[in-house]
Amino acid sequence: MKPQYKAVVIGASAGGLYAFKQIISVLPVDFFIPIIAVQHISPDSENYIITFLNNHSAITIKEADEKEKLKPGCVYFSAPNYHLLIEKDATLSLSTEQKVNYSRPSIDVMFETAADTFGKGVIGIILTGANQDGTAGIRAVKEAGGLTIVQDPTEAETPAMPKSAIEASAPDHIFSLDGIADFLLNLHQAHNKG
Amino acid sequence: MPENTSHNDLTTSIEIEFLLEGIFRRYGYDFRSYSPAHIKRRLINKMKQNKFRSLSEMQHHVLHDKNFFNSLLKDLSINVTEMFRDPAFYVALRKEVIPILKTYPFIKVWHAGCASGEEVYSFAILLKEEGIYDRTQIYATDFNNNILEVARKGIYPVDRIKEYTVNYQKAGGKYSFTDYYLAKYNSAIIDQALKKNIVFAEHNLVTDTVFAEMHVIICRNVLIYFNRDLQNKVIRLFNESLVHGGFLGLGTKETIQFSNYNAQYTDVNKELKIYKKKVNE
Repeated sequence: MKPQYKAVVIGASAGGLYAFKQIISVLPVDFFIPIIAVQHISPDSENYIITFLNNHSAITIKEADEKEKLKPGCVYFSAPNYHLLIEKDATLSLSTEQKVNYSRPSIDVMFETAADTFGKGVIGIILTGANQDGTAGIRAVKEAGGLTIVQDPTEAETPAMPKSAIEASAPDHIFSLDGIADFLLNLHQAHNKG
Repeated sequence: MPENTSHNDLTTSIEIEFLLEGIFRRYGYDFRSYSPAHIKRRLINKMKQNKFRSLSEMQHHVLHDKNFFNSLLKDLSINVTEMFRDPAFYVALRKEVIPILKTYPFIKVWHAGCASGEEVYSFAILLKEEGIYDRTQIYATDFNNNILEVARKGIYPVDRIKEYTVNYQKAGGKYSFTDYYLAKYNSAIIDQALKKNIVFAEHNLVTDTVFAEMHVIICRNVLIYFNRDLQNKVIRLFNESLVHGGFLGLGTKETIQFSNYNAQYTDVNKELKIYKKKVNE
C-alpha cells in the first residue's frame, strides 16, 4: 500500500539559509502537503529567511502563527524566540518555554509533536547544522513510523547535525540537497497522478 | 512494547483528560482549555523525569501529594522571562503610550501573568524615567504563588545582568542600568524604590474575574497557551477591565484579531501588538 503522507517537517541550523533555498525553490506552488520548518535563528532576528525564500520560490513561505491551520502549498517557518508545536487538529501552537538543546525554536520540539500528530504520515528531514538538535526529533519520527531523510553530511555546510541524526536514527535515506528536492517533487507528481 | 501506537495514543489522551480534570477539582487550577500539544509535552516530561511508567501512575502522586503537585504546577506555568524582553516593545510604549499616560492624574496598570516579575520591573523603570511612576499603581498578578514570591523579592541571578543591560539600552533606557539594582554575591537585587507602587497578587486568568479598572493591561506570551475559546474569555476580561481609551499590550505573536472584541480596538502598534480601546461613540 502506498503511504499517505500528510506533512513534511524540516530542521536546519548553521548553513540552513542556502540549504532551504536549494530544496524549497524547486517546489511547485500547489505542493500537495504542508511543510513545517525550523531554522535556528537569533531571538531578536527579523526572520529574513522568509523574505529571502519568498523571493526565490513559487510556493508560499510564511512565519508560523499560533492556531494557524496547516494547508498544502505553504511552508511554515518557526518564529524567532518561540518553539513551534503541531496540534492533533493540524493547527500550530507556539511556546516560550525554556530552550531545548540551547535552541528556541528547537527542531526536536517541533519534530516530536509532528510525529505525535501525523505518525507514519510525516516525512522528517534534517539538514546542515552545528549541534545535536533534531536528533531526538528524527528518532521520534522514525519510531512513529514516519519517513526519515538526512542531508548527506559530506556535502552539508556544517556536518555535525546531520551526522548526529544519522547515527541516532539510521534514516531511510541520506540524500544531497538536490536529491531531497527530487524526492519531494517525485512524491508530489506521484500524488497528482493518484 | 506490546501495544500498538494508536492504542497507546488513545490511552494517553484519556489519561491527560482525567489528570487535568483531577487537578481542576482537587486544586482549582484549570488547564483543560490549554493548547494540548504543550500540556502533553510538559506532562510527559514530568512523568519521565520522575520515572513513572504512565500518567495514571503520576496522577496518584499529583492528587495525593501537594508538594508534588506544586512542582508540576511550576512545570505547567511557563516562567521563562527576562528584563526588557523584546526591547522594541518598550520603545513603542515610550513613544506611543507614555505621552498619553502623562496627561492622566493617576494611572493604573495591570501586568497579568507576570511570572517572576522581570517585565514588571522593566515597565516600572520606564515609568520612572518618564516621570510618572509616582502616580502609577501597578498590579502584577500570576496564578502561581511560588513564582509571585520570586517576583516580590526581585532578586535575580547576576549572570543575566549583562543581557538585561543590552536589552535596557535597546529599549531606549535613558540612564545607566546599574542605577536599578544592587549586585551582591551572585545576585542582582532590584532597587527597593521600584517596588513602592507595585502590588503583587495571586490572580488566575482562567477562573478569576475583574478586580479593578485599568488604564494599561500588559499580558505577554500567556494567551498563546490557551485555546481560542479561553483566549476569547480572557480578552473579554481585559476588555471589561480597561477604561475607554485604555491600552492593551500582548506578546508579539498574539492578537485580538480573532476574538469577539477586535472591533472595539485600534492598533497603536500593529507589529508589537499594542492596542487601544476605542472611546465610545
